[in-house]
Amino acid sequence: MTQSRELRKTTTGTSRLNFLVGPMQFILGVLLAFVAGALFLFVFQEDPVEAYQALFKGAFGSKRYIAETLLSMTPLVFGGLAVALGFRCGLFNMGVEGQIVLGGMAAAYIGYAWDLPRVIHLPLAILGGAFAGGVWGAIPGYLKARHRIHEVITTIMLNYIVFQIAAYMIAVGGPMKADNELPVSPDILPTAQLVRIWEGTRMSAGIFIALVTAIVVWFFLFKTRLGYKMRAVGFSPSAAEYAGIKSRQMMVLAMFFSGALGGIAGAVEVLGLHYKFYAAFSPGYGWDAIAVALLGLLHPVGVVASAFLFGVLRSGSITMQAIAQISKDIVLVLTALIIFFTATNKTIRPILEGAIVRATSRQDKRKSET
Amino acid sequence: MATAVEMRNIVRQFPGVLANDHICLEVEKGEIHGLLGENGAGKTTLMNVLSGLSVPDEGEILLDELLVNFGSCLDAIGHGIGMVHQHFMLVPVFTVAENFVLGHEPRKGITLDMQQARELVIDLSQRFGLKVDPDALIRDIPVGMQQRVEILKALSRGAEIMILDEPTAVLTPQEVEELYAIMRSLRDSGHTIIFITHKLQEIMEITDRVTVLRDGRVVDTVETKDVSQEDLARMMVGRDVVLRVEKEKREPGDIQLRVEHLRASDSRGLPALKDVSLEVRAGEIVGIAGVAGNGQTELVEVITGLRSKDGGQVFLQGLDISDRTPRQRMYAGLGHIPEDRQRRGLVMDFSLTDNFLLGFEDSAPFAKGPLLDYGQAERYSRESIKMFDVRTPGPDVLAHALSGGNQQKVIVAREFHRDPKVLIAAQPTRGLDVAATEFVHRKLVEFRNQDRAVLLISMELTEILDLSDRILVMYEGEIVGSFEAGQATPELLGLLMAGSQEETPDGHEEGVV
Repeated sequence: MTQSRELRKTTTGTSRLNFLVGPMQFILGVLLAFVAGALFLFVFQEDPVEAYQALFKGAFGSKRYIAETLLSMTPLVFGGLAVALGFRCGLFNMGVEGQIVLGGMAAAYIGYAWDLPRVIHLPLAILGGAFAGGVWGAIPGYLKARHRIHEVITTIMLNYIVFQIAAYMIAVGGPMKADNELPVSPDILPTAQLVRIWEGTRMSAGIFIALVTAIVVWFFLFKTRLGYKMRAVGFSPSAAEYAGIKSRQMMVLAMFFSGALGGIAGAVEVLGLHYKFYAAFSPGYGWDAIAVALLGLLHPVGVVASAFLFGVLRSGSITMQAIAQISKDIVLVLTALIIFFTATNKTIRPILEGAIVRATSRQDKRKSET
Repeated sequence: MATAVEMRNIVRQFPGVLANDHICLEVEKGEIHGLLGENGAGKTTLMNVLSGLSVPDEGEILLDELLVNFGSCLDAIGHGIGMVHQHFMLVPVFTVAENFVLGHEPRKGITLDMQQARELVIDLSQRFGLKVDPDALIRDIPVGMQQRVEILKALSRGAEIMILDEPTAVLTPQEVEELYAIMRSLRDSGHTIIFITHKLQEIMEITDRVTVLRDGRVVDTVETKDVSQEDLARMMVGRDVVLRVEKEKREPGDIQLRVEHLRASDSRGLPALKDVSLEVRAGEIVGIAGVAGNGQTELVEVITGLRSKDGGQVFLQGLDISDRTPRQRMYAGLGHIPEDRQRRGLVMDFSLTDNFLLGFEDSAPFAKGPLLDYGQAERYSRESIKMFDVRTPGPDVLAHALSGGNQQKVIVAREFHRDPKVLIAAQPTRGLDVAATEFVHRKLVEFRNQDRAVLLISMELTEILDLSDRILVMYEGEIVGSFEAGQATPELLGLLMAGSQEETPDGHEEGVV
């Protein structure tokens, strides 16, 4: 009896270790995915050890590989933050890919067409990209708030509009077409280029902008009035309404910010990596961003961590294909598995919480015995 | 007398909670056995174990002194145990007979033999003296009748032991009386009834013996006739409880809230408020009695600005607030304890601190430019937790980790912190246990004693009768009766709530009451 009373005392309410649940869920999801991926490889008569070795070698094996990993990570941080911010306000922004392309387009235009001093030119190009993406995000936000049209549909539709606009801009006779044979824009002026920060690699300062942005988004969500209101609307629209929060306004704003983050992703890609705009400069970062946000449990720190993981997978897979002769499509399988195992978090979470509770109560019991 | 059910040392643990801690329960054959306890005391968990819905971690169950082992609900039903849940398991668009045979439909060839189903219902309803119409659609019959269908359904499956989980929560006073009659006649025909409730009055009225649970353990099992309500309350809560709030008579002051000729529609667009007028004065609690769904929700929402009106006006201290936003009304001095605390009153995934901030995020001292001053917020959160005795490990805990009573305390604390002139309290104690109810009642009376105005909306007649200085009865979107405190009796109110056209002392034809 006394023992169970002791147990009750320590197990009511939440444990002080509960902040570990998120990271544990993340790590467990990834580990399970790699185990399942190994089984998958095994079935197809590939050596999982060799494959994973090659994968990690491709991600970290040399200075250049590390740089490539961080390069793929950069847009995923922005994109993941974009999706996470939308989700925090209860909105599913599936239009990040389009916002990236549009942001890149706007940044490129400002970058090559305007001649300005560096201190103005670069920030202006980035902000231009953010603004373009933001407006593109705000449209579905407005349609949702005003006319209750579901944002999943409108954001996806708007993607295709951007893709067509992008193709037109750089097609023969298009307004952004460069004076050459290729379907690209003119080169961006040096005053608008992001500096390369690592000798001998393609890495630009973009990664730092991404990390700073993650901190800004965290601060915005959890320390500002606007962030508070958006989270209230996201968790419970009816409670927000009860408290007199203008949920429609919050939806439009949240989608603007979300789109703007996507736009910055595109701007940083164009200004820091390609130095010009072309239609297919984003290899689907906007789609991966959804997985990044979900794996990161919609928290900026989680987004950075999962963007890093996806960066590893992206850059490592290329080497894996070259060294181990294993198709890089296995990485798509791995990605899918990671999403699968973390999306089942409703099943995993109570188990983790229970484990934590038991662990703490054992600890407490030991303490009380001594 | 023989033992019908014996539960020995039942232990059931959930992550973080020991719901049943070595519970022993003995129920005799042919008795109405009350199971009394506050929310979270483990009543429902225990009965879920008995009805096969959940498997205990430890302990054994004996029926008629024989050890049984339930793997599922079907096992329990097979052993003659029937459970009527708080929320009915009926298909609204099916008839009574169709619901009755759902799961074991009588067949004629490949088609359903509905005639046989109807006869089954008629036969059973005659045998137990429970009148039901086999052809009525469930959604068309009153809640009391639906409950009767549930009881009959359990009986039809051979239930000897009936478990009724808080059966009175949804009933009008008249329906409760009818339910008691049914329970007594079942007992007299040899059935055993386990009656779960947290209402003392009901225990006193209907049970033979009662087992009191507290914190997952049995406090005691006693003969009902040997104890008083006060004894039971003490056993249940673990300390002395004031069951009836003391409040001295006060002379009401100026009109604080005035509602004139209010009309509004419900979510389906049907008229829900038909010309409602009322006023609440300073130092007065005005209670609105009525069966759920007679326009109370709409009335509250229109007054607080959450629902648009079709006509009429709302005045707060003489100021027309009819066209203001909810936020503007809040700032003008209107407080609101919403009826649905989990959907409206709280953001369940927010921490307590964030929940205490709700509606304060744009005002001093929490708003600092575009930022929120979380230092201030946490101080205020800790103070509120202390002042309102919210049982929580700390201010960072998420709202959904708290029990219903503690969630309600958070809302009450926040609304009082707004320092409103008028407080709209919609079902402020719904689902709360005795201790939490006592607390909320005391707070409401204290508030009234500071010359503030309270509009209390409740489905609980005793709550209305205990607290109100004036009582209005709402029926089908209209105020159909008005009483001074002391004039109203439960019977009279019950009749009006059920739509009877009886005259009231004040005369219910008046527009303004």
